[in-house]
Amino acid sequence: MSNWIDICSVNDLQADSGICALVEEQQIAIFYMPKAKAIYAINNYDPFGKVHVLSRGLLGDIKEEPMVCSPLYKQHYSLITGVCFEDETVKNTIYAIRIENDRVEISLEG
Amino acid sequence: MSKKQTLVVIGNGMVGHNFLENLVASNIKDNYEIVTFCEEVRPAYDRVHLTEFFSGKSAEDLTMVTEGFFEDNNIKIHLGDKAIAIDTRNKFVTSAKGAAISYDKLVLATGSYPFVPPVSGHDRKNCFVYRTIEDLEAMTDAAKSAKVGAVIGGGLLGLEAAKALQDLNLKTNVVQFSPRLMSAQLDDGGAGMLAQKIEALGVSVLTGKNTTKIIDGDECHHKLVFADGTELETDIVLFSTGIRPRDEIARSSGIEVGARGGIVIDDHCKTSDPDIYAIGECAVWKEQTFGLVAPGYSMGRTVVADLAGQLVPFEGADMSTKLKLNGVDVASIGDAHAKTKGSLVYTYQNGADEIYKRLVVSSDKKKLLGAVLVGDASGYGTLLQYSLNNIDLPEHPDALILPGRSDESVGLGPDALPASAQICSCFDVTKGQICSAVESGCSSMASLKAETKAATGCGGCSALLKSVLDSELEKSGIAVSTDICEHFAHTRRDLYNIIMVEDIKTFDTLLEKHGNGGSGCEICKQAVGSILASYWNDYILKQEHLSLQDTNDTFLANMQKDGTYSVVPRMTGGEVTPDGLIAVGQVAKKYKLYTKITGGQRVDLFGARVDQLPLIWEELIAAGFESGHAYGKSLRTVKSCVGSTWCRFGVDDSVGLAIELENRYKGLRSPHKIKFAVSGCTRECAEAQSKDIGVIATEGGWNLYVCGNGGMKPRHADLFATNLDKETLIKYIDRVLTFYVRSADRLQRTSVWMENMEGGLDYLKSVVIDDRLGICSSLENQMQHVVNNYQCEWKTTIADESKLKRFRTFINSDKTDDNILFVEERGQIRPANEQERKHAAIAEEV
Repeated sequence: MSNWIDICSVNDLQADSGICALVEEQQIAIFYMPKAKAIYAINNYDPFGKVHVLSRGLLGDIKEEPMVCSPLYKQHYSLITGVCFEDETVKNTIYAIRIENDRVEISLEG
Repeated sequence: MSKKQTLVVIGNGMVGHNFLENLVASNIKDNYEIVTFCEEVRPAYDRVHLTEFFSGKSAEDLTMVTEGFFEDNNIKIHLGDKAIAIDTRNKFVTSAKGAAISYDKLVLATGSYPFVPPVSGHDRKNCFVYRTIEDLEAMTDAAKSAKVGAVIGGGLLGLEAAKALQDLNLKTNVVQFSPRLMSAQLDDGGAGMLAQKIEALGVSVLTGKNTTKIIDGDECHHKLVFADGTELETDIVLFSTGIRPRDEIARSSGIEVGARGGIVIDDHCKTSDPDIYAIGECAVWKEQTFGLVAPGYSMGRTVVADLAGQLVPFEGADMSTKLKLNGVDVASIGDAHAKTKGSLVYTYQNGADEIYKRLVVSSDKKKLLGAVLVGDASGYGTLLQYSLNNIDLPEHPDALILPGRSDESVGLGPDALPASAQICSCFDVTKGQICSAVESGCSSMASLKAETKAATGCGGCSALLKSVLDSELEKSGIAVSTDICEHFAHTRRDLYNIIMVEDIKTFDTLLEKHGNGGSGCEICKQAVGSILASYWNDYILKQEHLSLQDTNDTFLANMQKDGTYSVVPRMTGGEVTPDGLIAVGQVAKKYKLYTKITGGQRVDLFGARVDQLPLIWEELIAAGFESGHAYGKSLRTVKSCVGSTWCRFGVDDSVGLAIELENRYKGLRSPHKIKFAVSGCTRECAEAQSKDIGVIATEGGWNLYVCGNGGMKPRHADLFATNLDKETLIKYIDRVLTFYVRSADRLQRTSVWMENMEGGLDYLKSVVIDDRLGICSSLENQMQHVVNNYQCEWKTTIADESKLKRFRTFINSDKTDDNILFVEERGQIRPANEQERKHAAIAEEV
């Protein structure tokens, strides 16, 4: 069973945009799309810029696959698989995330 | 199916390997057991791009063999083993390592060897040839203890080799026997221009030098002694004096060779033995040898066809070439020397730009026979098509080489080419094949290249390929897309008009009414965010606009490479009080920021963490500063010189006007950043002519310049109107800027916007000054709306508790990002580099 960790309230999220959470010393970017009732979690690390900034990237989709665009060098990462659209050999970590009773919870186990 | 026959290929160079690729791609591949001999220790690699070995490419980068090629196709390769004899009666090949392979069919692709003239001393240490990767490795080794290098031979390959010596940091000389460089391809004029250009790159060119011997040097390792009595000292000698066919295996096996060497072949590439073929540089066809890969590839295709029982005879090859030598474009087509009887010559020589062009045409001026291009080979594709396809020349053929004789269309549109026209000569791809690939669904260069291989060899045909693609797409009704992105089938200008006409105020409404589905992306979101801000001038961090902004706009600061931000308070016109400077300094000191003066006459504070931004701005605002909009695609600064207030030469108050203009247009969002400058006299100390909007004071009033910029592609601004009073000046600027904001593409600067506008500057003047479109009052009103609704975005943000939440580093912790690390340099901070980070990490563990 997944071990869900409480992060914050739904009201702390930014609609159609990102925030960052610190979970067991890992930086995790959380994106929330209220219209699609979707929430995603991806490691905040930008493998090209080598800094922790993805939560501050622009959100969108490419061919209907939700993605975040790095604010530094504009690579796109799938929020479903973590794979970089520009270089498929680069894959960022995706985490399980859910909203339970208006609380946001993350699991660090694959 | 009967038992498989054995096909043996001797030689795995570029031509031998290309033959194997064609063979296994054909429908006869299952008829043969395939065996190949490769004398070198590595299978086929790209000899054409050998020079790139010195600019960092490895042997692996140069390989022509796709992974698993031999295994997947069941080809047995004898690597590092040389075939030494053919028993044509009993039909078997023996190798240096003792292998004996029976064959049914044999293909010789033994290539050529570098010819070294028999001058005395040619075999001294550190005398090389330029053919294999091993040659290059030996040269590289020798270069370590050398200072000077000389290439003997100023042909195509010799000049390539000279580049290699330069890359090895040697003082490089090219020694040419003939009076001109590239004597096979160029005439005297072209060769002279080429020599001039190559010398400018630091290579000494010595022509008409017959090397008689190589002896011990006085200062260098060698001394070259020439027939005219002169000498040249050098540490390394590189022979590039032509190639000779490698025909020894044919010679010793009784196969016919030509009088001047080379294995004699017929139109089907068959040698004197009907079961043996020869292809590439080792073959001689109608007493001609071919020292380029494309004819060799073409011979290989002839052999595959012959094996399959089809007739695709080899018909000779066009020896036209285009290449870049040390960055110098050189091209030669057909009869460059005008040897054809009655041929006429046109020559264009531009000494200033070092361009030389020569056309050789038939006596009736109808057909192109040959051409030479040095310094600018952009016309090569078009000229080659005229020559290869026998297309009638325009009335004035010299229009093809003269710059901008605009009454004639000089380009050869792709529609003028017949279907049989060869577009890609490396892989023999015709226009017809490209058209059918487009018809069957290839709609991008990438898919077209993958499907046809066109433009994947030397790449010289890619511009032509693109024009055929565009033309075919257009004909089949597939518009070349100008859509901003996959979410909107509109240009930025369309979207602007839609927003204006339909009074649309949010991205969501626009997406719902005019989008293609999906939620948007960084391209359309930012573009629409910018349009909405230009038109309505709402607070950009309003809930409905926030998600449209890129990180700089979202956090109202400029993200730097380490994820921290820089902060720029506005200093209108570059004016700041001592108290203001002290306040900025105190903030910088308190938050330990790196400070630097910008090009726009203000102060930039670097190294602020996202959570520090509101605190920093609270203090800056208290000291009377407001946002400098350095983060936005918006008006940045109005730079000024000190003007008539202080300057002995000043004609008018440039600082006063700069401040007034900056205050008027600050906060204006636009397709790209906008910069202004105002100079107080024609000495132009504010550099106003390099700005989007430049103003210069004259005795008669203000002169207005528009659409200049610095940056990657600098452009001087154009003089738009002279001797204006301030009121008219501002009216014109209002109109120009609003018209730009309305009609430019996304991320298009004012310069490109105007250059792409039909009618250019004159048209812009007619719209702005003569009100040709009748929109001037609407343009002014819109600008007035923006001016009236200005707000300092930082002031609004600080006052709104709910907006500040976003500036926390972590939503669930008060910690800050401990990956941000600074070190000190020249008394200030800077981001730590990777090594310094590692060091810090180790120190922490200890």
